[in-house]
Amino acid sequence: MDFAFSAEQELLRSSVRDYLRDRFGDERVVALAESDAGWDPASWRELVDMGWLDPSLGLLEHAVIAEESAYALLPAPWFSTVALAWPLLDDALRDEPVTVALGGVVAVGPGGLTGTVSLVPDLGSVSHVIVRGDDDALYAVETAAASVQVRSTMDRTRRLGELTLSSTPARRLDAGPASLALVRRRALALAACEAVGVAQRALDLAAAYAKTREQFGRIIGAYQGVSHKVADIFVAVQLGRSLAYWAAWAASEDDPQADVAASAAKAAATEGAVLACEYAIQVHGGIGFTYEHILHRYYKRAQWLEAFEGYGREHRAAIAAAILDSEGAVA
Amino acid sequence: MDFRDTPDEAQFRATLRQWLTDSLPAGWSERTPTPGRWDEAHSREWSRKLYDAGYVGLTWPKEYGGGGAPHTYQGIFLEETARIGAPDHIGGIGLGMAGPTIVAWGSDEQKKRYLPPLLAGEEIWCQGFSEPGSGSDLAGARTRAELDGDEWVVNGQKVWSSYAHIADWCILVVRTDPSAAKHAGLSYLLVDMHAPGVEVRPLRQITGDPEFNEVFFTDVRVPRESMLGQPGEGWNVAMTTLLHERGTLGFALTAFLERQVRSLIRLARHVGADDPVIRDQIAQQWIDLQALRFTNYRSLTALQKTGVPGPEGSVAKLHWSETNQRLTKLALSLQGLGSQLDGEGGVWDGFWQYQQLRSRGNTIEAGTSEVLRNIIAERVVGLPRSR
Repeated sequence: MDFAFSAEQELLRSSVRDYLRDRFGDERVVALAESDAGWDPASWRELVDMGWLDPSLGLLEHAVIAEESAYALLPAPWFSTVALAWPLLDDALRDEPVTVALGGVVAVGPGGLTGTVSLVPDLGSVSHVIVRGDDDALYAVETAAASVQVRSTMDRTRRLGELTLSSTPARRLDAGPASLALVRRRALALAACEAVGVAQRALDLAAAYAKTREQFGRIIGAYQGVSHKVADIFVAVQLGRSLAYWAAWAASEDDPQADVAASAAKAAATEGAVLACEYAIQVHGGIGFTYEHILHRYYKRAQWLEAFEGYGREHRAAIAAAILDSEGAVA
Repeated sequence: MDFRDTPDEAQFRATLRQWLTDSLPAGWSERTPTPGRWDEAHSREWSRKLYDAGYVGLTWPKEYGGGGAPHTYQGIFLEETARIGAPDHIGGIGLGMAGPTIVAWGSDEQKKRYLPPLLAGEEIWCQGFSEPGSGSDLAGARTRAELDGDEWVVNGQKVWSSYAHIADWCILVVRTDPSAAKHAGLSYLLVDMHAPGVEVRPLRQITGDPEFNEVFFTDVRVPRESMLGQPGEGWNVAMTTLLHERGTLGFALTAFLERQVRSLIRLARHVGADDPVIRDQIAQQWIDLQALRFTNYRSLTALQKTGVPGPEGSVAKLHWSETNQRLTKLALSLQGLGSQLDGEGGVWDGFWQYQQLRSRGNTIEAGTSEVLRNIIAERVVGLPRSR
């Protein structure tokens, strides 16, 4: 039994962290979030050059990058490409920013694909989107050839868009719909890892503020009404982290518990991240409620993650079915 | 990262599982949980069996009768005994608190004297830390010990002492220097519970059971050498005890909660769980159990790699206690008005009624949730002290 990342994985973590600190400080992230595009397309090349899209990376390496990039609130379609599209990518899509339209099916006709799929993550910042045809096959579509409507999204660093295809040319992928189970499992585990990064940042912000802000002549972190909220954020971070890493490991090893692990991690870590941000906002008082402060951006990411691929209750329903409806399935 | 057993661990697990099946009465794991009023004779007999099979003190040094195994083996032991619902060893305080403290602070002579009978379950230990006037504030202890010739003379009162009514020895925090600053005046004695002047009075809890005791010390004479550390070092020695209580306890807490979740699932199947709200809450208990389990694994890995438990370990007891309170209330809510029956005619003869009431002590004993949140906020997150 060994619950630790390898030395190489920890090295990767440091290099990711260093890069993000140098290139994606809060000020730049805010500027990008407020821009029309929502990100800097030129930064994609940097991520590729650093090896973040290297085919040799496994899910545990992706877990490390997901946690750290969420900590920095990196605005880039890396999450959609790696947490969603990854198992479907072929050589032609390698190194491209790609998303997956999970929320619908489009008609396959002689002239191409036709139909509309809404709520597609990062649709405005990818070169390709993978859709599911009514023949049950998966297709890659160039977003430039489609109609893309990016919707105003609470989390401005991860916007949702509506894809409309009308006899749009598409390329059929070798990967079939059976791969979508793996896509979902990975997506849940990596969403949980992102949630851990978000919650950790909320903890760091809350702790830093509680250590410096003074009221009634004392540092507010000395008041238990404040410090116990910070302690509760710490607890949420640790519990979420344990589940998220477990889920990532289980998915990477095709463990028999991979699906319940993914559901447990996704539900608990994203709800934990929402709580962490809410408590952090409360600890900050009025300043935490302003648009100027960075916190609301993490709060919005936490809520995005909580809503992504099913709120907690959907995952708990799946877990309940696994532990209550079949004999001897308890672990 | 790998959660699977190594070949050696798998072998140990398989042998243990077989041993448990062979050693417990047939059909043991399928039996319905009962409030199971504790039976001292059975508990002693079971403890002896565990010892004879080599399952007590698995991770302790070999020279004092332990198994010298890595911590994972203790984890496997607790997982497997929880899975089958095996009874606990009678010497929980000795194994979890007194023993590790003696290993850390004791002289060779003390280790040789106290550890073997502790492991064998021949000598039971209890803990004398809390007092009527100092609960969470341990450093405020007022039970005093004064040197008279070659003996300490102890006077005072301790409370909330589990097993004191059957204990042979007590780890006792006393004030030896009233003039020194609060923490510096404390010392740590090993006291014979059969000595003249020791009086134990049971305290009934809200469950109605007398699980705890008050212990009165009146001119109790303790040999001068029956001390861990030097006079004035009692606070540091006591911190070792509490570190072990809050550190390696993680596995025991996971094992306990696993038993509770299994019982909850069994209850839900028994009464029928179609209500989506109930199903949602049961799944949440299962998730909370996994969160505890894997946080504990993470803490253990840190312990094995660095020698000290990681900061994540400090959340285990806090999370466990609050989860068990939610879980037991949920179990009662599955029983309708029948939830008010706590004996014959009730579900499982009142098992859940006992568990629910008992769980209220979980957020108080071994560090209140308030103290644990202070520890996390101050020592782990680094916020200023609240007092």
